[in-house]
Amino acid sequence: MTTTVAEAEEGTGAPYALSHLDALESEAVHIFREVAGEFERPVILFSGGKDSIVMLHLALKAFAPAAVPFTLLHVDTGHNFPEVLEYRDRAVARHGLRLHVASVQDYIDRGVLKERSDGTRNPLQTLPLTEKIQAEKFDAVFGGGRRDEEKARAKERVFSLRDEFSQWDPRRQRPELWNLYNGRHAPGEHVRVFPLSNWTELDVWQYIAREGIELPQIYFAHEREVFARNGMWLTAGEWGGPKDTETVEKRQVRYRTVGDMSCTGAVDSEAVTLEEVITEIAASRLTERGATRADDKMSEAAMEDRKREGYF
Amino acid sequence: MSTLTTEELSATTLLRFATAGSVDDGKSTLVGRLLHDSKSVLTDQLEAVEHASRNRGQEAPDLALLTDGLRAEREQGITIDVAYRYFATAKRRFILADTPGHVQYTRNMVTGASTAELTVILVDARNGVVEQTRRHAAIAALLRVPHVVLAVNKMDLVDYKEPVFAAIAEEFTAYALELGVPEITAIPISALAGDNVVEPSATMDWYGGPTFLEHLETVPVTHDLSHCHARLPVQYVIRPQTAEHPDYRGYAGQIAAGSFHVGEAVTVLPSGRASRVLGIDLLGEPVDVAWTTQSVTLLLEDDIDISRGDLIVPSKDAPATTQDIEATVCHVADQALTVGHRVLLKHGTRTVKAIVKDIPSRLTLDDLSLHPHPGQLVANDIGRVKIRTAEPLPVDSYSDSRRTGSFILIDPNDGTTLTAGMVGESFASPEPVKDESDDDGWDF
Repeated sequence: MTTTVAEAEEGTGAPYALSHLDALESEAVHIFREVAGEFERPVILFSGGKDSIVMLHLALKAFAPAAVPFTLLHVDTGHNFPEVLEYRDRAVARHGLRLHVASVQDYIDRGVLKERSDGTRNPLQTLPLTEKIQAEKFDAVFGGGRRDEEKARAKERVFSLRDEFSQWDPRRQRPELWNLYNGRHAPGEHVRVFPLSNWTELDVWQYIAREGIELPQIYFAHEREVFARNGMWLTAGEWGGPKDTETVEKRQVRYRTVGDMSCTGAVDSEAVTLEEVITEIAASRLTERGATRADDKMSEAAMEDRKREGYF
Repeated sequence: MSTLTTEELSATTLLRFATAGSVDDGKSTLVGRLLHDSKSVLTDQLEAVEHASRNRGQEAPDLALLTDGLRAEREQGITIDVAYRYFATAKRRFILADTPGHVQYTRNMVTGASTAELTVILVDARNGVVEQTRRHAAIAALLRVPHVVLAVNKMDLVDYKEPVFAAIAEEFTAYALELGVPEITAIPISALAGDNVVEPSATMDWYGGPTFLEHLETVPVTHDLSHCHARLPVQYVIRPQTAEHPDYRGYAGQIAAGSFHVGEAVTVLPSGRASRVLGIDLLGEPVDVAWTTQSVTLLLEDDIDISRGDLIVPSKDAPATTQDIEATVCHVADQALTVGHRVLLKHGTRTVKAIVKDIPSRLTLDDLSLHPHPGQLVANDIGRVKIRTAEPLPVDSYSDSRRTGSFILIDPNDGTTLTAGMVGESFASPEPVKDESDDDGWDF
């Protein structure tokens, strides 16, 4: 396929304008290439969720026809959706990538971490993640975090310096000017890099549709055994739900985010195609985290506090 | 938002804009109104704000809590850092750099303005153009933000009188034009009452212009590239070395300015080696032409030595390389910048050692007067500097190219971003006023 200026003009109604998706894609690719050019041991946090899938897709395009010059890292909570783990392993195999896994279950089995009474393992991910970063000496860690997700994330830089304890200090962030990202760091420190900073949930879905990216099936409406807890539909399973007072029912649902089963809720949905998902999200009056993440509701500064400790 | 079709969503462009305003000009209210009236605040976000407001003993939801994201900000009731917000209409997607208005946060406005196509400067209709307004105009001019909106707020408190608005608009426009701001649009609004923000005002029928949101939706985001110098900073060399692509050698980067086409004669700087564009890959797809700000991979006819940090330019339009840079800078770090300071300078994709040779002047933003030879620049200072670099750099004037005319200075010891730099003259005054006290410094 070739594009001439005249054809390009037709697409957007203005000469040399990029559509918003092209602009976001180009910016993200620029960020991936900056990291490849400036760091020794970068890694992509890959959960098999839609944001990390889009990150991998962008990385593949950024270095085509060469291979992606990064490894992947998954923080496995031990309560992951089997469909997502299966997708993760297929993606790794298809692109000939190397996958590191940091396992929360290992830490619990060794007695280093203690299971919480509410069963939520999201906050437990921080220690395995940060220890893996130190052990493997990763100096740049790509995360799929978007600034539209949460108000503490709205303050996040694209290149975010973490100290030797992986801590984020929002008051000591480097100003980011033009597209001149500063990746300098001392030994032991690392930089979290967020190529999707400027994307919204809708952008991610539109991009998935435009690029024809395959997703785990749990993102589309399907029948599932769920039960209600804290106003969300949680999947019944060996991780510890439902409790005696909670009843399981079969519902037509889908997921807007993918994380630990104990705190990621499903939403009632009829959307079985990408088009229908996009229509549903565009009409939704709830943010994706508000609708489906229990851990963000714990306190007003839940995300900020976890990020300070080294969460992604 | 709920009424958009998939086709409408795909055809939109992206506008990056920044806000600036003094503490009590109603910036948070304007941002809150814009997000709220464009239906960009979702139910759970509003509920969270209502809940937090109640916990604090406030009766009405405090919309500032929507935007003040950090613990310290909520505790102190101020905004301490740039935050980025996202909203969309049927016509466009918006990225808003929401920057604090305090004088001491000049660096934050510079940060927000560096990527903005448009800056909103808010004034209180009762106070008119004040010192802070002039500072904001000066920064917008300095950063060469293409479009400036003067939002004359709190019109409800001056009985929506046209003469009040007209006098402020006239005074501001005269001042900003003198600084070289290319385009100014003045809009009378009441962020509190909602006049002319998203909905047209029922009480200001004398105003015939667009609402604030309409203007944001229609302001052009493209540039006439025929006058732009084409520039590609090489980020990364792509060499698959696979059976399928044994000889592929591509120079990857984001086009910083202008356009490149296949067959064009190009020169690589700083080496000065010449070749021709053999092909352009746009993320895996071959194209005939590519332009700013596309991320591309250039393939050249000749096998020449090119690496990260080099700049590919059209042979007919190559910038000179220099080791002596004069620039206007905004100092953004808490530690001072002094004469003799050894720093790193990042320009495009190249980072080189450099030394601060001189600081000829510091600018007083209040009245744009110059303080000669201040000896150092501290946080939020704007001044002129002379820098010697260890290697020659192909820099453009910032007035020609915001991307290849800008740089940052970095502390080599701890990696701190020290200073934002803009190469060349600072203000595009049509008739420069000579500063008599310092002949080789400022030119306005």
